[in-house]
Amino acid sequence: MEVIFLLCACMSILAVALICFFLFTRGIPGMAEIGVFKFLGGQEWKPGNDIYGILPMILGSIYVTGLSLVIGVPIGLLTAIFMARFCPKTLYKILKPAVDLLAGIPSVVYGFFGMVVIVPIIRSFTYFLDSISAREIRGNGVSLLTASILLGIMILPTIINVSESAIRAVPESYYEGSIGLGADPVRSVFKAVLPAAKSGILAAIILGVGRAIGETMAVIMVAGNSPSMPQGILQGVRTLTANIVIEMGYAQDLHREALIATGVVLFVFILIINLCFSVLKRREK
Amino acid sequence: MADTTSLEFETANAEETSAEHIVGINQQTPKQWLKQYLRKPSSFILLILLVGAAIITLLALLFIIVYILVKGVPNLSWSLFEWTYNSENSSMMPAIINTLIMTALSLVISVPFGIGAAVYLVEYAKRGNKIVNIVRITAETLTGIPSIVYGLFGMLFFVTALKWRLSILAGAFTLAIMVLPVIMRTTEEALMAVPDSYREGSFGLGAGKFRTVFKIILPSAMPGILSGVILAIGRIVGETAALMYTAGTVASIPNIKQGLLSSGRTLAVHMYVLSSEGLYMEPAYATAVILLLVVLCMNLCSTAIAKKFSKADK
Repeated sequence: MEVIFLLCACMSILAVALICFFLFTRGIPGMAEIGVFKFLGGQEWKPGNDIYGILPMILGSIYVTGLSLVIGVPIGLLTAIFMARFCPKTLYKILKPAVDLLAGIPSVVYGFFGMVVIVPIIRSFTYFLDSISAREIRGNGVSLLTASILLGIMILPTIINVSESAIRAVPESYYEGSIGLGADPVRSVFKAVLPAAKSGILAAIILGVGRAIGETMAVIMVAGNSPSMPQGILQGVRTLTANIVIEMGYAQDLHREALIATGVVLFVFILIINLCFSVLKRREK
Repeated sequence: MADTTSLEFETANAEETSAEHIVGINQQTPKQWLKQYLRKPSSFILLILLVGAAIITLLALLFIIVYILVKGVPNLSWSLFEWTYNSENSSMMPAIINTLIMTALSLVISVPFGIGAAVYLVEYAKRGNKIVNIVRITAETLTGIPSIVYGLFGMLFFVTALKWRLSILAGAFTLAIMVLPVIMRTTEEALMAVPDSYREGSFGLGAGKFRTVFKIILPSAMPGILSGVILAIGRIVGETAALMYTAGTVASIPNIKQGLLSSGRTLAVHMYVLSSEGLYMEPAYATAVILLLVVLCMNLCSTAIAKKFSKADK
């Protein structure tokens, strides 16, 4: 009987092995045919002319993720500190389920919300900027900024939950010692408790990066998806994930292989992020 | 009994000195509290930021939910629940049925494996077992893989290599792999929460390992496992990217001839198609309401069951 349970346990190993095998064997040949440097460093993506460079998408993914962290990390981290140390019990009973619900909302619904709410706001903001500035500012609302704001909200629950438990894991004596030395509660938390929870908070941010870089549907619906080099935060971008979903439906031959290779690049990014996360987690122990 | 003692205590206090005049020296009055923070404005600003961030988080959630409900509920109508889909009624009924089939099928595949794996990790594996480490690492990796990569894999493996074409079956297998780590992790936690005395009692009465697992441990870990399964349902129902190129986007229920090998779109995919076409915003709002309600209910159920379980444990 033990063997059957062992086989069940091996399913996850099998799944990871199959995923790696199929992605790499189907993606690498296409990448080799295009030329690895041409593929990763090429600034143009024109499937019609057999030009496949995914640098715009790589940069798009990195910019969107970076900007979403700028928005999501401060809010998430401050909320986590509040929940772990300053929140009255009654408020905590509302806040905790709220964060869980935020994690549960499907990404299509987020994307739809972004499409009907955030895009118009950014559009009027762009027009406003255009009207007051001397230079011409273009943009119609679907932009890097829109996608980042939406992703910033979407990564909140990940960052809040992981860093809250990291802050709670710090021994109470750190806080008490700081209070005993005459620091006020806020100062004690920021100067004594937070530094001790540093690696846990870093792990939370890395997990947030993983979520943001892998997010697909929500980004497609608000980012504009033009496959050119990112121009500015008010102009559209295309991410790696968006590239796959938008063109996979009709791609043939080398185009299709190039899209699978895009998936491989994304997968490698995720593997690196996972590795960082598990190294951090191990160090914490 | 307890009431009378506290009452006596209070009256006794009132006779000597009024209780209001006694202030613990280790407790701050609001005035002192304010003074302390005004002396250090930087701390005060930080405190305001902390509260502000929590308010932003709460408002973001409320805004999303209220906005979708307010805009969506008026758009709900009976024509959206007709049995067949056409471009006039853009009914979501076929999508709902597909979602149910997809959910059931994915769970049938992933739950036995997830529970089996967790049982092995908790009950059978010995300390320092190398396989356990590998299983943990791969499960963690699976958790981190984005859904579009699952979709690509499903397309390459189930759809192309196994020649299942775009089908509900391919979609369900893809989703089953995706939710496997969720079920594994929650089951593992539930099994570890079962007190060792249960196992010892069962062994002491002469039951074997197998019987102990099935008769004692799994039943008492059931609420925890259930909350994991419900969490998985929430993920399956809300998933889009993994299904676009595995289950396809055909807006009808599976036909009898092809059965599970026919293509069909779930509610989330249905919603994406509606909103990306841009012509059907009203039905898209209505679909968003249904989708949001289903997923939120699933999440609330899951936390409620988990909470009840942990309370019963104490």
